[in-house]
Amino acid sequence: MSTTVKTAALVGAVAAAFATAEKAEAQAKEKCFGVSLAGENDCAAGPGTTCAGTSTVDYQGNAWTLVDAGTCSEIDLPDGREGATAAALEEEGFEGLARDLPDGTDTSVLKPV
Amino acid sequence: MTREAAFRGALLDPRAPVPAGLVDGAGRPAGRRYAVYRNNVAVSLRDALAAGFPAVAARLGPALFSDVALDYLRASPPDTPVLQHWGTGFPDYLAAHPHLADRPDLPDLARLDLLIRQSYHAADHEAADPAPLATMDEATLMTVRLRLAPSLRLLSSPWPVLSLRRVVLDGGPEPSMAPEEIVVLRPDFDPEPRALPAGGVAILSALRAGAPLGAAWQTAPDTDLGQVLAPLLETRAIVAIDA
Repeated sequence: MSTTVKTAALVGAVAAAFATAEKAEAQAKEKCFGVSLAGENDCAAGPGTTCAGTSTVDYQGNAWTLVDAGTCSEIDLPDGREGATAAALEEEGFEGLARDLPDGTDTSVLKPV
Repeated sequence: MTREAAFRGALLDPRAPVPAGLVDGAGRPAGRRYAVYRNNVAVSLRDALAAGFPAVAARLGPALFSDVALDYLRASPPDTPVLQHWGTGFPDYLAAHPHLADRPDLPDLARLDLLIRQSYHAADHEAADPAPLATMDEATLMTVRLRLAPSLRLLSSPWPVLSLRRVVLDGGPEPSMAPEEIVVLRPDFDPEPRALPAGGVAILSALRAGAPLGAAWQTAPDTDLGQVLAPLLETRAIVAIDA
């Protein structure tokens, strides 16, 4: 393949990449606290960490699940509970919600609800 | 041998005698307590391997994985207190294991598990706006350099390990025998392994090493470059565009 053909092909390849990426653009996800069922919180951290599948209470306020962006507070939860995005909590200096916690949880960084 | 060395030395060898002179808080012999502790060390490390290599664990099943994991943790116990980094030698260990010679795809399945874990723990990045790439002319594209996300990982395997991983973790029919090239990307918080066209790993390796786009493509000129770049755009894995 000659260099001339090659360079012309680069523009085409980049254009094709943009077209493919746009079509496939996945719905953005965000961390949503307080909506996981017990033992079903997300995490791919592997050993030596304490996250995946470690929530012990339904809707545990300091456990999170990835949800489609914008849907965190719309998830139907029992008894008037609402989920909160990690971004919103972080803005207020919190790392989770102070509800539905296992006994003995440190609530100093959790948002009172 | 110091008492500490004796205590530690027998921990990973179930046939080693309990170190002499161990006593409990009331001064009574505590040999059984040592045995319980030794068992807990082995079981927790085995569980750590299973958590770090989910596809291998699923492929082998609990009984066989447990045997292999116990062999490995005794041969290569953690050399760092950071457990999340442990297991980098596991793929090569599997490749050399005499009882696993009839499972040649297993080491690459383990490598993919490991790369996904490493991608998870890699540094965050601020994505560059890729829009300038769309308006560059041919000469500029030839020489442009793309800096890629630190969480990006590459694997080229003679086995269909990505398809196999999905099958062992999510179920489905065995994939047909074919080589696979894989890029692990981390668009949000969790790594996503994606299949690349043949030659994709060579191109992305060259880009990552700092080669200009034109030269990187030259490493696999028959590869559809659009299919190699699309996952980078889609997952915002380009950190900088140096024209």
